[in-house]
Amino acid sequence: MESILIYGLINAVMLALITLGFSLSIGISGVANLAFGGFYIFGAYFAWLLLFYLGVPYPLAILLSVLVTGLLGALMYWLVLMRVRGLILSEVIATLATGIAILEFLRWKGLGLGYEFNLPCFVRGGINIGRVSLDYQRLAVIGVGLILLILLWFLTHYTKVGLAFRGIAQDEHTALSMGIRSDWTAMLSVAFGSALAAVAAITILPLSMINVNTGYDVLLIAMAVAVVGGLESFLGIIVASFILGYAQIITAHFFAPHWMMVMYLIAIMVILAVKPSGLFGKFKELEERV
Amino acid sequence: MTVSYRRERLDRGVKARCDDIFALSSYREACYLWLPRVLPVAFLLLFPLFKEVVGLYWAKVLGIACIVALLALSWDLIASVGLISLGQALFFGVGAYMSAYLNRSLGWSPLFAVPVATLIGALFCTLLVSPLLRLRGIYFVLITLVLPLFFLRVIEATKILGGTEGISGLTYIPNIWVELYVPVIAVLLVVFSFRRLINTDYGMVLRGIRDNDRTVIAGGINIHWYKLQVVFIAGVVGCFAGAFMAHCLGAAAMSMFSIDYSILSLTAAIVGGPGTFAGATLGAFIMVPLSEILRTFGGLRVVFYCVILVIFIVGLPEGIFHYIQRKYHQFERLVEVEVKR
Repeated sequence: MESILIYGLINAVMLALITLGFSLSIGISGVANLAFGGFYIFGAYFAWLLLFYLGVPYPLAILLSVLVTGLLGALMYWLVLMRVRGLILSEVIATLATGIAILEFLRWKGLGLGYEFNLPCFVRGGINIGRVSLDYQRLAVIGVGLILLILLWFLTHYTKVGLAFRGIAQDEHTALSMGIRSDWTAMLSVAFGSALAAVAAITILPLSMINVNTGYDVLLIAMAVAVVGGLESFLGIIVASFILGYAQIITAHFFAPHWMMVMYLIAIMVILAVKPSGLFGKFKELEERV
Repeated sequence: MTVSYRRERLDRGVKARCDDIFALSSYREACYLWLPRVLPVAFLLLFPLFKEVVGLYWAKVLGIACIVALLALSWDLIASVGLISLGQALFFGVGAYMSAYLNRSLGWSPLFAVPVATLIGALFCTLLVSPLLRLRGIYFVLITLVLPLFFLRVIEATKILGGTEGISGLTYIPNIWVELYVPVIAVLLVVFSFRRLINTDYGMVLRGIRDNDRTVIAGGINIHWYKLQVVFIAGVVGCFAGAFMAHCLGAAAMSMFSIDYSILSLTAAIVGGPGTFAGATLGAFIMVPLSEILRTFGGLRVVFYCVILVIFIVGLPEGIFHYIQRKYHQFERLVEVEVKR
């Protein structure tokens, strides 16, 4: 029982951490970024390359990899998204294709099965809480997750950039007339989202290994959490990741780990069929269906 | 004062008279209209006859191209009511598994299994999708991305229908000519009937739903019912492709639900040009042979599809077919322009 509680909490924060980057672009500023899974794996792989091929110290490798992933996101916006901006379906298809291209390219480089693609933990070792043993990396996940949640809350509510992110999602023309440079803001948001994907990957992946299939799963997870919570809602991310996180641990505990992914998919389908704007989504309610 | 030139585009005489009624005055004009239709049909019908010359391999590639073309056509039909799908593999996989089950467990021959699987599979998909058809735009796109993956994971988790191994040992198509000609005839039938369908009054309602669904509702038309019918028709085409493919390969595998088939058919439709059906077919006949040529690259092929898809979405969103059509119906000439400084 204790283990369900504790691992559920860790899982919930992990889901929130994964979803933040995805939600920042597609939810908060309304620019589709379905290449998210690709950036996630790319970030981890790039850190791995720096660490083991070039021998860069770990903190510097993390910083560089987050930066480079963010730049890659900006590049994708500039090359692809900017030209189809506003055609939401083209945005979705183009970014999804970009993501698959990144992932399959990495699979071709040998990331499909590699057991050697393993990032080191931040700090080795662990502690015991009651009868549950926890390693420090899982605590780090909780720490990084909470810090990022709080930072992002401040960013989107109290800084000019963050308010601009939300502005272009609500009404791009009005935002333009208020002096918000829409293209620049959208590019920043995609870059931030991609960088957050790298942060999430580097925090979470030391617990398992860098595998291309994880990239596809991560996209589904982020989509599930974002859709269940409501695409543009910040509170929604937290509530949905707690619901899904605990549901997942309970499924894994009472059924089989295979069912965990099925549960996400069921969650997406049920929410989209019943209330497409999610539990906390508000301003798209009139557009979502006929 | 310098002289520079600009390009002037003019419609050809035959075309200019009307958009769909032509006044033909010579065999040359008749050929102008008939050749673009007759040549591809003749090519498709004659190609399998030369299977000794081109090799059985390429004849079978043509079959696969036809299967992908069917899938792309079903994508195009759903897209014509404004439902953009990222999960065409749903139809493909359901058709394949349905036919495999009928063949393997009930012992039906492909002659009965394929048509029955086509109909039941399409019905099943339509019922499955019906609660989701009210969704619009990005919400529908997201859910279509999820649906085939859901089946993939359920089959993996429950180990029904052969689990990760799939259902193998199906009856092959008995006759090579049947295997080569059925997809060709199916593609021709579907292309021309879809092209005709979309220009009827019924098709006009469909295009209306794509352009502005609320106006069509305001016109007193039940768009949900129309969307259901369209999904069923597209499902018949997609499930047939899957069922037939299963018997060509002798197996129904989990990979038939995978994102590869969705992306391949989507790429075919986008590259060829959505909205015309002929475009989707053309796209399939470009993409599939290209993918066979790229076979040496192995896993990198999917990267090529995706890059091509992105390039076309960004660079030529109208697709190859619209481009060629425009060039064919117009001629260009340089006109002098005087620029005063």
